[in-house]
Amino acid sequence: MRRGASWFSIAAIGLGLAFLYLPIAILVIYSFNASRLVTVWAGWSTRWYVELFHDQAMLDAAWISLRVGLLSATVATILGTLAALALVRMGRFRGRLLFSGMIYAPLILPEVITGLSLLLLFVAASIDRGFWTIVIAHITLTVGFVTVIVQARLLGFDRSIEEAAMDLGAPPVKTFFTITLPLIAPAVAAGWMLAFALSLDDLVIASFTTGPGATTLPIRIYSEVRLGVKPEINAICTIMVAVVAIGVIAASLLSKLRGEDRPAMPVPGAI
Amino acid sequence: MSTQSGTWRARLVVILPYAWLLAFFLVPFLIVLKISLSQTALAQPPYEPLFDLGAGWQGLKDFIAGLSFENYQRLVTDSLYLDSYLRSLTVAALSTLMLLLAGFPIAYALTRMPRRIQPMLVIMVILPFWTSFLIRVYAWINILQRDGLLNQTLLALGIADEPVAWLASDTAIYIGMVYSYLPFMVLPIYATLEKLDESLLEAAADLGCPPWKAFWLVTIPLALPGVAAGVLLCFIPIVGEFVIPDLLGGSDQLMIGQVMWTEFFSNLDWPAASAVAVVLLCLLIVPIVIYQQMQLRTLEGSR
Repeated sequence: MRRGASWFSIAAIGLGLAFLYLPIAILVIYSFNASRLVTVWAGWSTRWYVELFHDQAMLDAAWISLRVGLLSATVATILGTLAALALVRMGRFRGRLLFSGMIYAPLILPEVITGLSLLLLFVAASIDRGFWTIVIAHITLTVGFVTVIVQARLLGFDRSIEEAAMDLGAPPVKTFFTITLPLIAPAVAAGWMLAFALSLDDLVIASFTTGPGATTLPIRIYSEVRLGVKPEINAICTIMVAVVAIGVIAASLLSKLRGEDRPAMPVPGAI
Repeated sequence: MSTQSGTWRARLVVILPYAWLLAFFLVPFLIVLKISLSQTALAQPPYEPLFDLGAGWQGLKDFIAGLSFENYQRLVTDSLYLDSYLRSLTVAALSTLMLLLAGFPIAYALTRMPRRIQPMLVIMVILPFWTSFLIRVYAWINILQRDGLLNQTLLALGIADEPVAWLASDTAIYIGMVYSYLPFMVLPIYATLEKLDESLLEAAADLGCPPWKAFWLVTIPLALPGVAAGVLLCFIPIVGEFVIPDLLGGSDQLMIGQVMWTEFFSNLDWPAASAVAVVLLCLLIVPIVIYQQMQLRTLEGSR
């Protein structure tokens, strides 16, 4: 078969990308609309961004989400990397099947189930719900994603370098930090980014596990969205899209600079 | 980190994540199971019986005697629940079919593009997945609402005489599902097709097989693992989807995720919500296990 861009390929990709990007583009454009009526175009303006920066409740929610994301992504990355090492390097340990089951299940389990079960745990253990319960919930949600990304990387590189280091007398922990970790670093970083993005994104699990005083950004946006479309929401959404786009583009440029041909695929099953 | 150095440090590699998942993934499920067998009570927490550790053996006996299957009986007898389960499965099946019809051509087309620009195009497909789910659903409210862009366009073009009620309809739900889950369908299929050995297609062509037949007899069968992964990755979460039907769908027919949400947050009926969750998990356990087996095979078969 010839490898060429036929009209069919171009049309399929063009339509697909248009479908994926048009709604977001419209959202971004309308965040700069001068009119309060979302449907009437009244010229360019940044007034909704100005109003947004005076919306203390929204800013507080963003700050909470940011802290939850940073904390949970960091812990999830450590646990997820350990889990990947265990799955790839520890051979057949006792309870391996249950372990891998618990790693992969949260990737596809409907969020309502995970959220409800975590909430009932916190109630049963009489843990006050709030900031920390969301952090715990998000770590549990994202560990598996980190594991899958790091696992794919661990399976993909030559073990003999590690074995050489160990043969030359390097203790396992030192081997890990000087040989293994630098080799899997891009995957660990991609895992952290994905965990952070998922935490920042999550509405359902956070709604179940939140408590007084811990309103995350998605919970706040959701309660506003239920009341209808507002230009301020368009503005905050645009900022979030911009942050994510810059992050992902920077990461992929970085991996290109490092000479990696494959972008890290954050979708399980696609690795 | 190797097996021969069975030191405590090596064991810690397993124990830390294992303990975390046991405590915050497995134990919570057992609690859900337990509470689904309890009854609502006007108390804090709002269910009974409570397991009293201090009461010892007698406490355990009282506790077991207090359990009931009433919540499950209600699930079977009240048509609200049955309808919602059926609706969720139907919506998930139809959405997954639409996703497959839209996703396969895109994945296939990606593999036909020049190698040079393929990674960039793949990143462009992934990018929306990284932006907030909520934002992507919200973006469609902008478009689909009564005086939104879609109706404005249709009216301006003279296709419709009056605004169409797109929001709060099944159409809106399906648009939202296909939109939100498209990367999950495209990427696994692309990953499989990309590894496809081109010489097989060349061999088919050399032996006089027309391209469409080679596509049907070679490409499609070899793409099946990717298709299966994509289908499961979309179907399973869509069955329990809450945000999309809640924001885009109507209120007359609810999906099971919405029923669970209402039982929990509005009716404060925790045992009923737990029973709904247990049954939902039972419905999904077979596809989840199949998905896990596939995941294990792709990741560990590649060694």
